Amino acid sequence: MINDFEYLAPKTLKEALALLDKYQDDCKVICGGQSLLVLMRQGLVAPPYMVDIKGLNELSYIKDEKDGLKIGATTTHRTIEKSAVIKKKYPVLAKMETRLASIQTRNWGTIGGNVCHADPAGDPAPVCIALGATFTMTSSKGKRSMPAEDFSLDYFETVLEPGELLTEISLPPVPAKTGTAYTKFNVIESDLATVGVAVTVTLGAGDSCQDIRIALGASAPIPLRTKKAEAVLKGKKITEALLAQAGEAAAAEADPISDIYASDDYRRELIKVLVPRITREAMANARKAK
Amino acid sequence: MKKELKFKVNGQPYDIFVKPKALLSDVLRIELGLTGTKRGCNSSSCGACTVMLNGMAVKSCSVLALQANGAEVVTVEGLAKGNKLSPLQRAFLDHGSYQCGFCTPGMLMSSTALLTENPKPTKEEIKEGIDGNICRCTGYNSIIRAITAVVKGDYKEAK
Repeated sequence: MINDFEYLAPKTLKEALALLDKYQDDCKVICGGQSLLVLMRQGLVAPPYMVDIKGLNELSYIKDEKDGLKIGATTTHRTIEKSAVIKKKYPVLAKMETRLASIQTRNWGTIGGNVCHADPAGDPAPVCIALGATFTMTSSKGKRSMPAEDFSLDYFETVLEPGELLTEISLPPVPAKTGTAYTKFNVIESDLATVGVAVTVTLGAGDSCQDIRIALGASAPIPLRTKKAEAVLKGKKITEALLAQAGEAAAAEADPISDIYASDDYRRELIKVLVPRITREAMANARKAK
Repeated sequence: MKKELKFKVNGQPYDIFVKPKALLSDVLRIELGLTGTKRGCNSSSCGACTVMLNGMAVKSCSVLALQANGAEVVTVEGLAKGNKLSPLQRAFLDHGSYQCGFCTPGMLMSSTALLTENPKPTKEEIKEGIDGNICRCTGYNSIIRAITAVVKGDYKEAK
């Protein structure tokens, strides 16, 4: 049963920020509500005020700019999945979206809502981390930005302060000879990840790893950038032995839970398999890239 | 406090007052009496509550009714023109694409949304189009056959 609340539907970002300022911890932001309403139905979230930003069209955009791609926080998953510019420049993001929940959920749910929900099993965050995304938050006092990997603090907790709204996700231009790949292991296609792995690799001469970012979903209290696994590969020629070692390092750095889908040990095994597999796929994409 | 909700359902305008916590599925079923939309899992998993909101399939159990303010909603009751069933509805009947029938309204809405967006889907795209809808009776094959028959042009829009 959902508790009663006062419903506020601001028409502009300015109005929304004023409401967040006024109600602080007493309000919760809803956008598509595809994750939030599930929690509200269970009584886990019961705010006295709800600020509905689903109608804030000024935050629903995909802009291809010189310094990268800007995605407004209220852009739906389905819009991202079908965006020609995303399919061309960041195909991994569009592909990730096709595996996120079901079409119905993607039609109404938003990328900003997904990352603010901060479920470490969510699909967009690991991909954003691997792509080197920056999240921009806005409050009535101004804006601040940070790398995607610093946004989550714990299960369902983010750095967002009362009065603050995630407004934009920006992706830097993809460097030369760079490829990204993502997959999740799950039992039912439209389910959350049991484990998700996203990898971006930049190749130098002879398959040497110039740069690498490895991010794990459903493997820790937050979407985890595993720098220990990255360190195994960075600056070296990538071999099967090193890939296996990177998988081990990622599994060691992870801190997964046991739940109805998998035990923590099983999740670690998945990480050991998926980190090498997805790194190979990212390498194949990098070789194809200009 | 109740809030005003102005929207169109199956072409008919409504102007009603609902509690902010009311879900679209509950407003359709309880306030408007459109019980074709089913309440299955009520947790956004089964798809039985699927309706079209501004042309997009959504799970009406996971949309606040007030978010449909100003929108056009189509439910399974809106598919037939008078007593003439839509091509998908006739195909579902002919192919036995239901047993208990509980998932059928949601399946029809998802497949209608699919064909509106993509009139010539591949078999894989058909499967993807209904993958947010769970059916515990048919094993999906008869549903996929019905949609495929419509895609092939076996069923024309009723005049």
